Amino acid sequence: MTETPAVELRNLNVYYGSFQAVRDVTLAFPKHKVTAIIGPSGCGKSTVLRSINRMNDLIPNARIEGEVIFEGKNIYDPDVDPVEVRRRIGMVFQKPNPFPKSIYENVAWGVRINGFRGTKSQLDDIVEEALRAAALWDEVKDKLHQNALALSGGQQQRLCIARAIAVKPDIILMDEPASALDPIATLRIEDLMRDLVQNYTIIVVTHNMQQAARVSDYTAFFSTDESRTGFLVEFGPTAQIFTNPKDPRTEAYITGRFG
Amino acid sequence: MSVRPRFDPNRAARHRRARIGMVVFQLATLVGIVVLMALLYNIINNAFGLAAIEYRIYPATLGLDLETLPQTPRERLLEILETHLSPGLRRSLERTRPLTQRSNEELAALVLERVLQPKVLDTWPLVPSLLHTQDIVAEVHARFPQAEVRWVRWLNTRFLTRPQSSAPLRAGVRTAILGSLWLVVITAATALPLGVAAAIYLEEYARKDRWYNRLIQVNINNLAGVPSIIYGILGLAIFVRALEPLTSGAVFGAVAEGVTANGRTVLSGGLTLGLLVLPIVIINAQEALRAVPNSLREAAYALGATKWQVVWHHVLPEALPGIMTGTILALSRALGETAPLVVVGASTFITFDPVHPFSKFTALPIQIYQWTARPQPVFRNLAAAASLTLLLLLFLSNGIAVYIRHRARQRRLV
Ligand SMILES: Nc1ncnc2c1ncn2[C@@H]1O[C@H](COP(=O)(O)OP(=O)(O)OP(=O)(O)O)[C@@H](O)[C@H]1O
Ligand SMILES: [Mg+2]
Repeated sequence: MTETPAVELRNLNVYYGSFQAVRDVTLAFPKHKVTAIIGPSGCGKSTVLRSINRMNDLIPNARIEGEVIFEGKNIYDPDVDPVEVRRRIGMVFQKPNPFPKSIYENVAWGVRINGFRGTKSQLDDIVEEALRAAALWDEVKDKLHQNALALSGGQQQRLCIARAIAVKPDIILMDEPASALDPIATLRIEDLMRDLVQNYTIIVVTHNMQQAARVSDYTAFFSTDESRTGFLVEFGPTAQIFTNPKDPRTEAYITGRFG
Repeated sequence: MSVRPRFDPNRAARHRRARIGMVVFQLATLVGIVVLMALLYNIINNAFGLAAIEYRIYPATLGLDLETLPQTPRERLLEILETHLSPGLRRSLERTRPLTQRSNEELAALVLERVLQPKVLDTWPLVPSLLHTQDIVAEVHARFPQAEVRWVRWLNTRFLTRPQSSAPLRAGVRTAILGSLWLVVITAATALPLGVAAAIYLEEYARKDRWYNRLIQVNINNLAGVPSIIYGILGLAIFVRALEPLTSGAVFGAVAEGVTANGRTVLSGGLTLGLLVLPIVIINAQEALRAVPNSLREAAYALGATKWQVVWHHVLPEALPGIMTGTILALSRALGETAPLVVVGASTFITFDPVHPFSKFTALPIQIYQWTARPQPVFRNLAAAASLTLLLLLFLSNGIAVYIRHRARQRRLV
């Protein structure tokens, strides 16, 4: 890789209390690519993902060592504001979690609280643009002021994606974004990821091998050791990981003989 | 090879146990309902019924009908007052305000109080009144040949709108209702903001692994169980004594009229009740905040929201219905408290309305307590009527709580 990565983990260790969840992860996520994180349950995929935008700060007993370099700066430096980090590095969760407000408000809120100074019609444009980018506009344009909870699960998840892109992040983290959805809705989310990756860097955790193969450019495979601490086994272009893994553990996992 | 487990279905026994469980739960519910019905029966039984009443001058002899007294022609009322009031009394009444300028209601009240002067000799509860009307009438005729037997609704509009009086037929709960309302307002105004703020701190800000936060939490839980009389003593020491210049209104220059009473004001009472319900409000609000799913907080944080924005825009609105219902239930408890108010110095007999926070006051439970302590049977009926009033107020506030919860739920689903 010659280009500077979008975000880079250096010797990342994450602890929950005295339990080490992840050890010594060094990994660079390429810009404007989809990187999939795969691995058996409990290997720390979510933990790694959440440490990229400091969501782990919200867990009282979580502790982080090492560095997460974003735009040449460690986001865990004391002079970095986690609020700004999270605006620049957005997140979509496993379970769709729209706000119990109108569809419009769901998208507009993040814009407003980040100090948006503009007219109502500019805000309308931002909302429309985000909903279009999330491939949801046509379905909701007539009911923008209805409650978002009335949408289907797949629509809710795309709304969450729209909400995330409305604040113009650089990176979007997705933690199993399609695992609560049916196959059709899942495919729509995958298509969406392929569209979005032209403008954003996407890091997606998934349990679904086919999904990782379909949607990602790069794949990181994590596993656990005997003390249940997760670590990075192998990282590389998705095609290579799936056809020609260097590590026998990766091969075992991908071919379904493990995990 | 896996071992095939041997099942002993014995479903008959399992079903039997389920049935026993059901019966036990039904019985428990039944006991609750029976107790509640007994309570209501007791109150309603005493709030209505027959009464033996003696008059100085019987209404019939003047051609008056008690039920429609205020509708009596004006001239007739004035004429009665003219002929039956002593000259001295009439002069003093005229001096306060000429009789001709008074409303029909006022004149009727004067006729009743000064001319007819009804006196309750004995009363009977509702059920015997209904079942043994004849016997009661006969008994009254035997015991008080002069007296008249009448049906009385002890809870009536006059009762609700008249102040306390030593004459049972004139006594009302107006002062007490107003006092109770003042108390509730002051209690809510103190306990709600303080309680919600404390709950937000404890749930959203405090780190639960810190010993001092756990200590605070344990303390609040324990404070919710402290007997109310202790809060009364606390209120007496703090609000009535230590903060007297404030609670008496002296520093605000409000001590002018005879309405004020050193620190024993409705403000002190309300603040004391505020302290009393504060832990309950906090615990309820914490419960409501805890019920807000964490995914909502994460969604907001992930967009770059600050803690304040997360709490203010999402967590609090989501928890508000729960907080409101919890608070209203706590206020209902305050509405029924007696002991702390007695300690803080609620008046047992005042006839003027509380008009500002520095007024002397009484409250419904105080009034009830005071009436039940009287020996004459008629006060039992007044106490029952006041209890019914208090219960209605409580139902009203609980109804509001239910309505708020319902509204909030509907709003979420639109
Ligand atoms: N808040 C927490 N407190 C303590 N331990 C935690 C916490 N969250 C996760 N863990 C532990 O850290 C380890 C990694 O968890 P994580 O959720 O990152 O795994 P994962 O790879 O995302 O698993 P899954 O595929 O099931 O989502 C697990 O052993 C888990 O039990
Ligand atoms: Mg996970």
